Amino acid sequence: MPGREPPDTQVVRARLGLGARAARLLGYRELLVGMVRKELKVRYKNSVLGFAWSLLNPLLYLVVFYVAFDLILGSAIEHFEIFLLSGLLVWNLFSTGLGAATGSIVANAGIVNKVSFPREILPLASIGAALVHFALQALVLGAVLLVLRWDVAWEYVPLLPVALVALLVLTAALGVLLSAVNVYLRDTQHFLELGLLAWFWMTPVVYGFMTIGGREGAGKALFMANPVTPVVLVFQRAIYARLDTGGGSSAPRALSGEGVTAILPPWTWGEYALYLGLTFAVGLVLLAVGIAVFGRLEANFAEEL
Amino acid sequence: MAPSIEVRNVSKRFRLYQERYHSLKERMIHFGRVPYEDFWAVREVDFEVEQGATVGLLGHNGSGKSTLLKCVAGILQPTEGEIVTRGRVAALLELGAGFHPELTGRENIYLNGSILGLSKREVEKVFDEIVAFSELEKFIDLQVRHYSSGMYVRLGFAVAVNVDPDILLVDEVLAVGDEAFQRKCLERVARFQREGRTILFVTHAADLVRRICDRALVLDRGRLVTDASPGEAVRTFRESLHQGGTGLGAPDAAGEAEGGPEGDASHGARMAARATGRVRITDVTIEHPGSAAGRAWLLPHEPLTVRVRYHASEPTDDVMFGIAVHGEDGDHLFGTNTRLEGVDVPAVAGDGEVVFEIDDVPLLDGTYLVTLAIQTNDEGTVYDWREQQWRFEVMNPGRGTGRISLPVRIRFGQPAQPTDA
Repeated sequence: MPGREPPDTQVVRARLGLGARAARLLGYRELLVGMVRKELKVRYKNSVLGFAWSLLNPLLYLVVFYVAFDLILGSAIEHFEIFLLSGLLVWNLFSTGLGAATGSIVANAGIVNKVSFPREILPLASIGAALVHFALQALVLGAVLLVLRWDVAWEYVPLLPVALVALLVLTAALGVLLSAVNVYLRDTQHFLELGLLAWFWMTPVVYGFMTIGGREGAGKALFMANPVTPVVLVFQRAIYARLDTGGGSSAPRALSGEGVTAILPPWTWGEYALYLGLTFAVGLVLLAVGIAVFGRLEANFAEEL
Repeated sequence: MAPSIEVRNVSKRFRLYQERYHSLKERMIHFGRVPYEDFWAVREVDFEVEQGATVGLLGHNGSGKSTLLKCVAGILQPTEGEIVTRGRVAALLELGAGFHPELTGRENIYLNGSILGLSKREVEKVFDEIVAFSELEKFIDLQVRHYSSGMYVRLGFAVAVNVDPDILLVDEVLAVGDEAFQRKCLERVARFQREGRTILFVTHAADLVRRICDRALVLDRGRLVTDASPGEAVRTFRESLHQGGTGLGAPDAAGEAEGGPEGDASHGARMAARATGRVRITDVTIEHPGSAAGRAWLLPHEPLTVRVRYHASEPTDDVMFGIAVHGEDGDHLFGTNTRLEGVDVPAVAGDGEVVFEIDDVPLLDGTYLVTLAIQTNDEGTVYDWREQQWRFEVMNPGRGTGRISLPVRIRFGQPAQPTDA
């Protein structure tokens, strides 16, 4: 056939190497975009408010936490709404992305049973859809900051995209892994909900890092092992920009000062970057594990669904 | 040139669990002792499909043909072996082609196109053609969950054939949809053949295989038993439907002829029950030109000889011998007897033989069943009646379809002009 591209060869066999999988995945970039679009469309099909939900939902969370922690419990954190928003933004991306990714293979059984494509696309597309929501929420946060003429810590802003990518890698790793497990063990989805709830309270979103991170002991070790924490911290450091309750300056102060409570760790830029790097590394290792496990479990998807 | 599809020693195992446990609680309770059986749906299958060929995959239900096709499509992974496909593969498996019920037809076309490896722009180019082919102009912006199954298949087929596939995999879908749409599909398949695309399709419609395939494969219980010309493959396929029969002249197990029209079978059974056994059929052989060479089937228009040996326990003078031929489904195709043929039957005593010689069997492929009977001329007394106990097979090397072979000549000429006054 003249004028046709050299045919694309496909090999179907029981086990495909990690490299071959990654290469195949890369060839389906366009499908990933299409699938993200599909995810967004399907989610808000037949709903009156449609896309507004992606903003309304975190907004309601914000109101609830604000009322509970600032008005009722009386948080020591000044401008609690900004502090909360910068952390919640990160957490929402992680939890909605992971939640949707875990159920993605089962939810798309109709396609998995009929058409061949790298199945990893499905969890990744769910995370992509969560990323779109994240972008919208970030826009809203940006608008709020503008209105309040909020002073962000500009030197930390370049770390934000790095933190975002690290979070996406971590979310993708867990999402790919759990989406495959969920095909065989449908409880995974429900366990994840509980797990995420616990995880949320172990992440310094509604309280300052130093509340726990300032103490010593086993609790702190567990706290530091949470790979989401550095990402949240970087966002808080860059956007909220205040290390303690002492005032409007973004410069570190003495933590022992009178009437001053530490909120964020008094790390240097390099230390924030280092912890972020650790999250990144953990994410990459988990991603390799996730894709490998996915590859093994994938063989029987069509039968299990 | 490298073949379009290479299936190398492929096996696929399914675990058949008596119970499926999907929740953790159930898994914990039954941990490590979930009873299952291994079931090899496809076993050591090895074949190639050269570029531009149209190959049919025949097999009865449960033979593994759909599983094999899913493996070729990349939806299932083989347990052993590997499959190489060269070129863009479009697959139409069972009903539908992987549509999302919540999305509209339009959105599904884009989604499906991108799954098959097309860019958005490429889909845009063929979009109108897809819609026109599916005849769903009015419903294209409706969610596909509101579609009927016929509409579903039409859209699926329209997408699959319009995305410019190098390899088209089709599973039974040609059997769905109305006749007009089927014709359209077959026209498109013919166009694909002319364009040199590779087609692998699963069916049990033997006629379709004969009509459009260059070659056919027969799967029987997961194994590839035949890889041959369509005529030969259709014959072995028919044979594999009759497990246990050797194909020619072998008596059927009692009751196998059931499933034919109620009237015939029960009539035969009633007649057999009335048999007195005074004159009994002792042995029957069916001969044809190929039987000496070990060929198990007839070609259309070959002669057939049915040799019936009988034993009369006491001398009998009023005897009529009858023969009937039935289709596989029990249809009565032909029947005659010595009275109808005006043949005088000598009185019989002891052992004897009667031979039915049919000069020309104008049947096309299939398995045919033979009934033999010995009665009095007024049919008042049945001596022996063997309903559909023997069989012969016909293999059709040609491309004609149907049941009987009518010799045909085709000429071209001018139509007779109406004469002007």
